[in-house]
Amino acid sequence: MPVNYYIFLSLALFAIGIVGVLVRRNAIVFFMCIEIMLNAVNLLLVAFSKMHHANQAAGLANVGIDGQLFVFFIMVVAAAEVSVGLAIIVMLFRNVHSVNVNFLNRLKH
Amino acid sequence: MNALIISAVWGVLMMFSGILLKRHFLIRNLAVIGLVVLLVSDLLEMSGTVFFKMDVKGMILFDRFALFFDAIIFAATLIYFFLSAKDMEKIGVNYAEYFALIFFILCGITLVASFQSLLILFLGVEIISIPLYILTGSEKKNLKSNEASLKYLLLGAFSTAIMLMGIALIYGAVGSFMSQQITIAKTPYSALLIAGMILLLFSMAFKASIVPFHFWAPDVYDGAPTVFASFMATIVKAASFIAFIRLFNDSFGGMKPEWQMWMAVLTAATLFIGNITAVFQQSVKRMLAYSSVAQAGFMMFSLYAMNSDATEGLLLYIAAYSLATLGIFAVLNKMNDHTFDGFNGFAKSQPLVAAATAICLLSLAGIPLTGGFLSKFYMLRAAVNTGKDIWLVVFAVIMAAVSVYYYFRLIQAMYFREGNSHTVQFTQPFKWTMVAVAACVILLGIFPNLLLYWLYF
Repeated sequence: MPVNYYIFLSLALFAIGIVGVLVRRNAIVFFMCIEIMLNAVNLLLVAFSKMHHANQAAGLANVGIDGQLFVFFIMVVAAAEVSVGLAIIVMLFRNVHSVNVNFLNRLKH
Repeated sequence: MNALIISAVWGVLMMFSGILLKRHFLIRNLAVIGLVVLLVSDLLEMSGTVFFKMDVKGMILFDRFALFFDAIIFAATLIYFFLSAKDMEKIGVNYAEYFALIFFILCGITLVASFQSLLILFLGVEIISIPLYILTGSEKKNLKSNEASLKYLLLGAFSTAIMLMGIALIYGAVGSFMSQQITIAKTPYSALLIAGMILLLFSMAFKASIVPFHFWAPDVYDGAPTVFASFMATIVKAASFIAFIRLFNDSFGGMKPEWQMWMAVLTAATLFIGNITAVFQQSVKRMLAYSSVAQAGFMMFSLYAMNSDATEGLLLYIAAYSLATLGIFAVLNKMNDHTFDGFNGFAKSQPLVAAATAICLLSLAGIPLTGGFLSKFYMLRAAVNTGKDIWLVVFAVIMAAVSVYYYFRLIQAMYFREGNSHTVQFTQPFKWTMVAVAACVILLGIFPNLLLYWLYF
C-alpha cells in the first residue's frame, strides 16, 4: 500500500484530535483528544519507518528502525503524562466536583 | 554526563530522604549538598574529568556550551535554594518530594542543553514538563493552584503533541532524528521538512512562552505557588531557550532564510504584547509574569541573529535575568500583599533588602552598570551584526523604554510612598544572600568577561 494512505489517515486523526481539544470542554475528553493526536504521530512514525526501510538501496536490516523505537518512547512518556494528568483531574474534582474546563476562570481576575 | 547521572540519582535519593529524615533542615541541607556536588562535577567535566563514560551513539553531546550552560543553571538553582528553600515548607507536607522533582527537572535540563537527536529533545522537554505540572499543583487545597496546574498540563500536553507531529514529519523527510543528518538535507527543501520545522518552532515557542503562544504563562505563574513560579520563570525558561537555540543552530542552521522572518515577527510580537500588558498589571506577581514574557522577547534576538555574539549574549542574558528575577520573586514571596501597594514604604523598614531589590529591578529594566544592560546590548549587537531588519532593533529599544515604567513603579512604591509593609521579617542569611545577588548583578554588568571567559578556556 502506498505510504500516502497512512499519511492521510494519520493527519485526519491528528486533525480530529485538534478539533476535539478546541471544541470539547470536559477535561477527560480533552485528554482523550490529546491521546488521539499522540497515536496519530505513532502511526505516522511507523509508516515512515517502513517507507525508509523499503526505499533504501542496500539491503541493510536496521534502516528505519529508529522511527519504531521512537514510538515506544512516545508511549512511555504519554503514560507518565496521563498518570500525572489524571491525578490532577482527581485533585480538582475533589475541590470543585466537576471536570468541566469552563470552571477554570478564576485566574483571569 | 556527570551532571545528568548525578542529578537523576540525587532525585531518587531525595525521595528516600523524605522517609528517612524527619527534620526539614536535614532535607534542605541534603538538597544543597546535592546541588554543590552537581556544580562541582559539572566544572570538573569542563576541565576534562568525566566520571561516567557511556556510549550514547552520538545522541547526546556534552560540549563546552552545554556544560557551561549547565554550570550557570546549577549556580542559579543553588541561589534559588538559599533564597526560597525554606518557603517550600509552607506549601504542603511533601517537603522532600519538591526537591526530588527539582532534581529531576535539572536532569531534563542537562538533556535539552546537550541533545543531538530529536528523540533526546523530546525526552528532555517531557522530563522538565511533567514534574512542573506536579509542582504547579502542589498546593492541593488552593483552587488557583489546581486550576493553573490543569491548564498547564492540558496546554503542555497539546504542545507536546504538536512537537511530536513536527518530529514525525521531519523524520519522514530526512529519515533520521540526528541533528547532523537534518542539517545536510538537500535544497530545495521538501514540504514535509518545512512543515515539520514550523510545527517544532510553534511548540518550542509555546514552551518558551513566546507571543502568540504565551497566554498560559501569566495564568500559570499567577496560580502556581510563588516559590515554584520563580523557578519556572527563570531556570526552566532558560532551559527552553537553550533547547530552542540548539535545535535551530544544530538542526536547522542551514535553513536560516526559511525561518529568520518568522523569528523576527515572533520577536516583535513578544516584545510588544509582553511590555504593553505588563504596564496594566496591578499585582506584582502578574507583572513579573508578563515581564518574563517581555524578557523572552529579548532572548529571541539570539535566535533571530544566530551567530557567536548571540550564543554568548544568551548565556549572559540567562545569568543576569535569572539572578535578578529570582531575587525579586524571593522578596515577593515574603510579602503579605502581592500588589504594588503592598510594597509601599518598604525601603524605610528594610533598607538593605529594598536596595538589593531595586538593583535587581534596574537590571531587568536594562540600566547601565547592571548585568541586564550589557546582556540586552549583546543581544542587540548580535542582531545589528546580521545587517538587516534594523527596525527590529529600534523597536526593541523603544520597548525597553516602556519596560522602565513598570519596573520603576515598584521602586517608586518602595522608596517614595508611605505605607505599612514593615510587618515583613527577613532572616539575616536571607538579607546577605540578597546582597550577594545584587552584587553579582552589578559584577556581571561591569565585568561580563568574568563569565564569558569560561565559555572558551
